[in-house]
Amino acid sequence: MNLTSELLQYILSGLTMGGIYALVALGFVMIHNVTGIINFAQGEFLMLGAMFMVTLLGIGLPAPLALILSILIVMVIVGIMETGAIRSAKKASPVTLIIITIGLSTAIRGIALLVWGTNPYRIPPFSKGGTIHISGATLVPQSLWVIGTTAAVLVLTYIIFEYTYLGKALKACMVNKFAARLMGISPQRMSLLAFMFSAAIGALAGIVIAPITFVTYDMGLMLGLKGFVAAVLGGLSSTTGAVIGGLALGIIESLGAGLISSGYKDGIAFIILLLVLFLKPGGIFGTSNTKRV
Amino acid sequence: MKDLARRKRLRHSLIALFTLLIFALPFIITNNYYLSVLVIIGIHTTVVVGLCLLMGYAGQISLGHAAFYGLGAYVSGILTSTYEVSPWIAIFVGAVGTGILAYVMGIPIFRLKEHYLALATLGLGLIIHVIFVEEVELTGGPSGLSNGIPYLSFGNFMLNNDFRYYFLVWTVALIAIILANNVVHSRIGRALRSIHGSEFAAKSLGVDTVKFKLQVFALSAVYASVAGSLYAHYITFISPSPFGMMTSIQFLVMAVVGGLSSIWGPIFGVTAITVLTEGLKSFMYQFFPLAGGEYEIIVFGIILVIIMIFLPEGLTSGLANTYESWRYRKEKADDAPKNQ
Repeated sequence: MNLTSELLQYILSGLTMGGIYALVALGFVMIHNVTGIINFAQGEFLMLGAMFMVTLLGIGLPAPLALILSILIVMVIVGIMETGAIRSAKKASPVTLIIITIGLSTAIRGIALLVWGTNPYRIPPFSKGGTIHISGATLVPQSLWVIGTTAAVLVLTYIIFEYTYLGKALKACMVNKFAARLMGISPQRMSLLAFMFSAAIGALAGIVIAPITFVTYDMGLMLGLKGFVAAVLGGLSSTTGAVIGGLALGIIESLGAGLISSGYKDGIAFIILLLVLFLKPGGIFGTSNTKRV
Repeated sequence: MKDLARRKRLRHSLIALFTLLIFALPFIITNNYYLSVLVIIGIHTTVVVGLCLLMGYAGQISLGHAAFYGLGAYVSGILTSTYEVSPWIAIFVGAVGTGILAYVMGIPIFRLKEHYLALATLGLGLIIHVIFVEEVELTGGPSGLSNGIPYLSFGNFMLNNDFRYYFLVWTVALIAIILANNVVHSRIGRALRSIHGSEFAAKSLGVDTVKFKLQVFALSAVYASVAGSLYAHYITFISPSPFGMMTSIQFLVMAVVGGLSSIWGPIFGVTAITVLTEGLKSFMYQFFPLAGGEYEIIVFGIILVIIMIFLPEGLTSGLANTYESWRYRKEKADDAPKNQ
């Protein structure tokens, strides 16, 4: 396998994971912009989506129905989480809020452990077909589904933000919460909406990546953390940044794992995190008024 | 002034009483399993005392403290097993090295604020954990250090059973608590609390916030490192798994539950969580046989959420404050009729 096809291979698999990171990062940025909270439980939304899909497929539901139901169930769960836990802690300091979301993420993981156990599960790929070959690099059809879903979600998000009332209200909250309140938009409703929207994106991402990676109760941890790194990379305040950060992280990680060392794959993401935080906490696209002393 | 002196004497006598109790326990409790649990509680208490100093008094957060714990364990383990260095020297080297690392890494980390700071500590912890797993030649990788870590010993007196190790561990823990207590009630402690109260105000009063934050961070790392070394010489086998993010969160839960602003917080928190976890092990297995893994994480999560929402000051300070406000309200109610 010559160098070009090797590079192409890394870039393609990087784009696949990058798409997932982009979706996670999108969810992060949405919640952060509307509520100011860093949602450490974001990764668990992916895990829950995939797990419910496994269960619903297991009782015999057709795949499209299982998909929609899984997403709806996760949205409801997250909605309850928001109204229950997060809203009660609105006045708390940022550090307390972080600890709360860490606690929620741990609790969700623990409940998943109790319900589904430690066994890895499998979801069949969305479409049949063998591997695709592109000038020496191989691609699984599911990867195309991942990339396609990411693109579709982005387009949908853009449409919602630009052309629907709720979307514009969300955007208003992101830009200036106080002014939005003056215009009659309720920040509490927007907070709930942001969480549920992120939940939907997260669940979808989890379902779409599941045929490629196994579904386990702790799959959300790493995905969430890396998606978070992607969000920081792109600048926590920008949705475009989140997406580009996700894709960039996926590709850098893949190239690093392939060219330098595959064991340090997870470490690469966190080294990037530290580099970004130390050198340019605002991320690539962020504003310069990030919290630096 | 008299009240301050009285409180100081009360505190000192409580500490003395507590020390007596701790050293008397192994003579009362003969069950070896309980003794081993108490040893682990002692080791964890040392870590959490450092963490509470950092979080409660300096107001900073660390989501990666298990990495320092692991560094102490691995330095001790590697130096004593592969290079046959004396264990006491290894502990010292580990502590100093970890402290320096924390200080150096702290310089860029503590320029960040709030959640960026938390994330940087998380990232640091995760990177160190990956190094433990990947540097197989040095650390033995995921299967752990295979050479066999020696027991600690004072000359011919080997600390190779729970009874003897208990005294060493708790001596260290008590020294840690007393030292931390002295820091809190000294100039440094007041400087730390001023930073926690308002960093701007502290800076305007001439407090060198950066230096103090770095010093506390390094001190808390040293505590964790020493505890890690003690762990290594207790279990005589280490692998990367007890030094990952879950353990960092566990330390966090213990610190928060116990109460960040009280000297007794760490012991309370560690004991409460450890007792809960041990109790849960037997309980959970009967009801949920599928859950072979770390089901205590669900308890951590729920406890963390509930405490942070309802009792953010933890068990010790939070309950004390609740008692104080109840007493205050009772006094007001008693006074009211007289004012007519």
